[in-house]
Amino acid sequence: MSATRGSTPARLVPTLDGRLEAIVIGTSAGGIEALSVLLPALPAGLTAAVLVVIHQPRDRASLLVQIFAGRCALRVEEAGDKQPVEPGVIYFAPPDYHLLVDRESGVGPVLALSSDELVQYSRPSIDVLFESAADIYGERLLGMVLTGANQDGAAGLAAVRAGGGVAAVQRPDSAAASMMPAAALERVPDADFVLTIEQLAGLLAGLR
Amino acid sequence: MDAQIEARGASGPEKDFDIEIQLLLEAVYLKYHSDFRGYAGASLKRRMRAAMAHFGCRTLTQLQERVLHDEQIFPALMNFLTVQVSEMFRDPSYFRALRETVVPMLRTYPSLKIWVAGCSTGEEAYSMAIMLQEEGLLSRSMIYATDINPLALATAEAGIYDVERLALFTENHRRSGGRSSLSDYYTAAYGRAVFDKQLKQSLVFSDHSLATDHVFAEMQLVSCRNVLIYFNRPLQDRAVGLFRDSLVRRGFLGIGAKESLRFSACSDDFEELVREDRIYRKRGAP
Repeated sequence: MSATRGSTPARLVPTLDGRLEAIVIGTSAGGIEALSVLLPALPAGLTAAVLVVIHQPRDRASLLVQIFAGRCALRVEEAGDKQPVEPGVIYFAPPDYHLLVDRESGVGPVLALSSDELVQYSRPSIDVLFESAADIYGERLLGMVLTGANQDGAAGLAAVRAGGGVAAVQRPDSAAASMMPAAALERVPDADFVLTIEQLAGLLAGLR
Repeated sequence: MDAQIEARGASGPEKDFDIEIQLLLEAVYLKYHSDFRGYAGASLKRRMRAAMAHFGCRTLTQLQERVLHDEQIFPALMNFLTVQVSEMFRDPSYFRALRETVVPMLRTYPSLKIWVAGCSTGEEAYSMAIMLQEEGLLSRSMIYATDINPLALATAEAGIYDVERLALFTENHRRSGGRSSLSDYYTAAYGRAVFDKQLKQSLVFSDHSLATDHVFAEMQLVSCRNVLIYFNRPLQDRAVGLFRDSLVRRGFLGIGAKESLRFSACSDDFEELVREDRIYRKRGAP
């Protein structure tokens, strides 16, 4: 168990300051409520981009942008294919597409969409986002796995960690659905942060 | 290519994998004349990792060695290089918009040529044929459905799909404004559904690469959905240029729900017709 687990986030914020280029967040069942605590905590002027996968029905348009746009200090958008990743913007994966991070020469990191096979019964899949982001951002990445009722995100968080990035998991006993964060902790037992959603929000609120 | 490797830096296993992918694509191009060099990186990387697992190769370089010296495995590798995810009447609102907005204008032509580019296993081509049949246009239409993957084309030509997929296809068809029952167009037996021979009389499946081949006929409608997202910008521009050059004056182009011509080199050649369903119309000559 990591020494930082369960301790107050305030003490740990400096280690993340100025280090992060991107934050990837994955969630499923109970995710809207969790994100409603987390995303509004992100401070204006954040220099990291925020990429979010939440499992949702594949056959209708998503309301996520409308739900969160008015509640966040940062700009909120649905991710578009080959769009350059901008700092301080929250991007949601569109329904029925995987969201990945790619690199375009001369441009830098860009968003990419794919309609490849479902991964972990999901499209968008958290694993797909996290693994591609780990490739591009390496240690300048924070991965967060929140409430959910399947195992998507566990392999992805392991990839974030293997790339030198920071791993955060919502404390399973505090999550609306514990299976997803528990599966992530099984794969990444020494996650850097294992906190309640309010504590994770506090961690993000302290970022610069 | 050299510049790209340089821009990515030259250390670490991930960078090595980038190099190996480029070498593999170069080898595939030189040996089999299939050009994947303009495919976008991130999802290809994922599929190449799956290919390594499938072929039991520890590195992509090992896979390259095998694909160079064993021609038998290339068709199977093709299934990893390309994406065969498709469904009938995918995005029902797209087909509804075709019916409501494009079909009335297609009626004004005495004969119709329609190109389904990147048809994979054929679901979209059969959907198009069924829609045209329902609209009374199929008998004067020829649908060219093209792809680069011979195994996918063989499946498309057979027109046989798992019965389990038909519930989704039927629901999509209904939501697309279907005027008949999808079951009118297939015969189900032994867990498989065989689509009607009558539809096939208006369908031509053939090998065509958006990366290396050229315009082959003059079309009234081109439908190419969820193909451009797999291409880098220069290859996207080439493909959209082919569509533009294929289309008659004021012809129609449909692309995927999350694709856009906004940043394309050819964006000025098209105007938006149905914005939310990504249906465009070629502009007339100035």
